Amino acid sequence: MPKIVLLATDIALYGLLVAIAFYVWHALRTPTLRQTWRTVLHDPVAMAAAVVLMFFLGVAVLDSLHFRSLLPPAPGAAAGAPAAYSTRTLSVLDWLLEKPREAREKSYSVPLATHGFEKESIVVNGKSIRDYPRLQFGGTHLKDPDADWAPDVAKRSAQGLAGGAVGVGVLWLLVAWLRVARSRASVAASLRAIWHRNTAIPWRAMLLTASFILLCAGWVAALWPFYHVFGTDQTGNDVLYQALKSIRTAVVIGSLATLATLPFAIVFGILAGYYKGRVDDVIQYLYTMLSSIPSVLLIAAFVLMIQVFVDKNPQMFETALQRADIRLFLLATILGLTGWASLARLLRAETLKLSELDYVQAARAFGVSNLNIMRRHILPNVTHVVLIVAVLDFSGLVLYEAVLSYVGVGVDPTTNSFGTMINSARTEMSRNPTVWWTLAAAFAFMVALVLSMQFFASAVNEAFDPRARAFRVRRPKASQKTSEAPAAAAVVAAD
Amino acid sequence: MINYILRRIGYGVLILIGVNLFTFMLFFTVNTPDDMARMNIGGKRVTQDAIEKWKVERGYDKPLFWNAKAEGLDKLKKTIFVERSLQLFAFDFGASDSGRDIGYELKRRVGPSIALAIPTFILGIFVVIVFSLLLVFFRNTYVEFWGVTVAVFLLSISSLFYIIVGQFFFSKLWKLVPISGFAGGADLFIFLALPVLIGIASRLGGEALFYRTMFLEEIGKDYVRTARSKGLSETVVLFRHVLRNALLPILTSTVAVLPLLFLGALIMESFFGIPGLGSYTIDAINAQDFAVVRSMVFVGSVLYIIGLILTDISYTVADPRIRLS
Repeated sequence: MPKIVLLATDIALYGLLVAIAFYVWHALRTPTLRQTWRTVLHDPVAMAAAVVLMFFLGVAVLDSLHFRSLLPPAPGAAAGAPAAYSTRTLSVLDWLLEKPREAREKSYSVPLATHGFEKESIVVNGKSIRDYPRLQFGGTHLKDPDADWAPDVAKRSAQGLAGGAVGVGVLWLLVAWLRVARSRASVAASLRAIWHRNTAIPWRAMLLTASFILLCAGWVAALWPFYHVFGTDQTGNDVLYQALKSIRTAVVIGSLATLATLPFAIVFGILAGYYKGRVDDVIQYLYTMLSSIPSVLLIAAFVLMIQVFVDKNPQMFETALQRADIRLFLLATILGLTGWASLARLLRAETLKLSELDYVQAARAFGVSNLNIMRRHILPNVTHVVLIVAVLDFSGLVLYEAVLSYVGVGVDPTTNSFGTMINSARTEMSRNPTVWWTLAAAFAFMVALVLSMQFFASAVNEAFDPRARAFRVRRPKASQKTSEAPAAAAVVAAD
Repeated sequence: MINYILRRIGYGVLILIGVNLFTFMLFFTVNTPDDMARMNIGGKRVTQDAIEKWKVERGYDKPLFWNAKAEGLDKLKKTIFVERSLQLFAFDFGASDSGRDIGYELKRRVGPSIALAIPTFILGIFVVIVFSLLLVFFRNTYVEFWGVTVAVFLLSISSLFYIIVGQFFFSKLWKLVPISGFAGGADLFIFLALPVLIGIASRLGGEALFYRTMFLEEIGKDYVRTARSKGLSETVVLFRHVLRNALLPILTSTVAVLPLLFLGALIMESFFGIPGLGSYTIDAINAQDFAVVRSMVFVGSVLYIIGLILTDISYTVADPRIRLS
């Protein structure tokens, strides 16, 4: 049995999942919330984005189940000796991707390459010449790389895509069958309804997104055991593996930092709005002070403090991963500590409005205690503000992490993150020939994550804030030929 | 009016005192000067003697708040708090931990920062307003749909990508401008062209979406309907009426940012090797020079508070309906 390791961020991430599950349960029981979320559920863009987000969350969760594997007993050890565990802490994702993780080249290699990126002295037939060396892992199964490479890659790509396509087919049939499992309608009719968008939940958009992910996954699964799909970095590590590992860091930063702002923002915002007067003055003073300090500097100051703390107490952390993890955890906390001002300001304004309303006055007249009024009457009525700000902040934080890593106050240098990847890409882009794949991988994953979060967040915003609905962008319909937009009408007609 | 401004300034000073105390706590009591010395000397050379020497050289050997050894008023004055923290109010920044005068550095570096920040700011506002007005003008068409989609996409890209990719294409591939550096005179233009361009591009997405909602909010108002019912064309309504009225909240919201332009753009300056305050700050963070970081925190909050006061004043100047009391 491997020894389970619980890192600080793991626990926080599980906590977050439990909180989300609780919220879902709560929303299902509350008719108004159910109605509001239904508008999100019926929005094709938001649901397609949600599928992408679920993929990222899945990777992050797989990467958050850590363990230390059991070492085989030492030769000659006594039968009752305590079991020894590996000093390396691995996650389930590491375990699943053992091959690419261990397949370490000497240095850079181009995606799907069979040869190294730079010339080296190699010995051929007893003579030393300078040439591109064969990689130790990428494409070693090829006898004659020059001739075999293209057919081999094509063959494996086709196999992978075919595998992905089978998965896609199964998925579509499964969803179509599940939709009609309880009624007597046929699966074919259900599939037709999905394809013609005659379903309440936008299954077509979701399934198309999932199909794309499945096809990519199939292609990667077919090629990854034999090649480095996204190439390798300077120390020869697989770039795709690093990109997958970075997802967890981004998700942890985005969600934990948002979570860490909530207690301060909610407590201070509601207190200031409810009590007004002195309490309000003090709280306003606090958050004006905090927001007057340039945020990068404030974060830098806190992070330098942490560094000193970690350096002074090395005995608290058993492994290097734990040390790196505590820094990630504290960084997320700091982002929360320094970022609560804007949400608190919004909550204060909302509470000021609410506390003048009749039902709060009535509660006061009935002698309900202040604490109970805030808990039962104010808090539930400001949660939509909290929710909107939380989803909107997430993507900003993911982007901010990259900046902080560049400044040198981000995550631990040993932690994989999009920020560290971009940082290394900075020097790589100025090389000749250019090493572009690290940047490309970081870009692709980061944009996919942030963009889908943006789309999802704007749908949530529109659902919970009626004012935002007025600014919604609608895809113009073919029938809407207004005189204002002859150009657009022409485009539609051409379709 | 004067009374109000004086009160705001008083409040600003109060905030600055808070900031000062807060940073002092953060830098000296959470983290003792010994820790700083250890980090700065670094490695295996850390001995008690070296630490003491480092502290004496930088004046960190004194007690924090109360010097029992000194005479009279010096009991209060010869302390780290007064010498290193309270002095900031007189804009006396002292020497950095590497021994150079911070005040002199700030003066020298403010120029390049402004040279980069002002064009980025002014051109940026212009481009964003034009882009978002176009979105509003072509609302409910494919132009708006794709414009907003592109804006959301631009918003989802880290600013670091813009810089790295921009440098790659404009400097390395097409060799239009130098990769980084800074010079006065006519060369200033070619050194600043790319950073300004990238600075605008990286802000475009988010701000265009924000301005778009502002314009749309304005377009729903009664006076716009009146203007339309008078038979004015959509162009006239948009540029004569909506733009002017929407400019009001836009301008008052940008006033708050004006003083912060002095600090420069952290990332941009450091990537392009512009010797401004932004790159100074980043260098200080990397070198763990606490004295510089503390000074920059103070300068930053002073500028922020000036921005707050200016915003309040600009409201009354721009909108006669608002009276300050």
